[in-house]
Amino acid sequence: MIRVQYFARYREALGLDGEQLSNSEDFSTLNDVREFLLARGGAWQVLAEQNLMCARNQELCSLDEAVAEGDEVAFFPTVTGG
Amino acid sequence: MSIRVQPDAFDPGDELSRLHAQNLGVGAVVTFVGYVRDFNEGRDVGGMFLEHFPGMTEKALAKIVDEATQRWPLLKVELIHRIGRLEPGEPIVFVGTSSAHREAAFEACAFIMDYLKTRAPFWKKEDTADGPRWVEGRCSDQQAAQRWKQD
Repeated sequence: MIRVQYFARYREALGLDGEQLSNSEDFSTLNDVREFLLARGGAWQVLAEQNLMCARNQELCSLDEAVAEGDEVAFFPTVTGG
Repeated sequence: MSIRVQPDAFDPGDELSRLHAQNLGVGAVVTFVGYVRDFNEGRDVGGMFLEHFPGMTEKALAKIVDEATQRWPLLKVELIHRIGRLEPGEPIVFVGTSSAHREAAFEACAFIMDYLKTRAPFWKKEDTADGPRWVEGRCSDQQAAQRWKQD
């Protein structure tokens, strides 16, 4: 099981703040998770954005980051705090 | 070192005073305060909502402050970031650094802000005449953070 969270504009576009993916064995990197979600089509295309940011277990990372059973991952647009 | 993520307003003057209280070794205090403007990219802004990633936000800020304290000889760091509903004129963010000498305090304050803007999971949604609008990230913020990269 992998927990996926969406924030800000992505959360609104998807109408979803998060979900559990049970097929964790299908993913070796965060990009695999993203590709899986993109394949749903429609609103999910928002995750194709070039400036997408991601985190694994609440730490910023790249899409090449390895992902494992039990991880919490998050996809979100460029941060705009401060 | 103090880090607060809070919906409540704060008084930047009080925070500034705290940075040199009870420490006569402090020779320099540098502060940055970010405020909500009433315009952005040519449109009037009536206020905003600040979303964040609870849990990750605190960790990301702690990591940034930790890195600053490793790079510069700081005596104190105060960091406050607000979340939730904010009105024009209200402070959003406060970064204060104190040190024996000014250079460390100046640089660490700028470093913390540059990293916060590009690495801490906050998102602004502004109220405009055309409805709510998510603020987009800026290249200039990425460039500002780049200058602190070390080999």
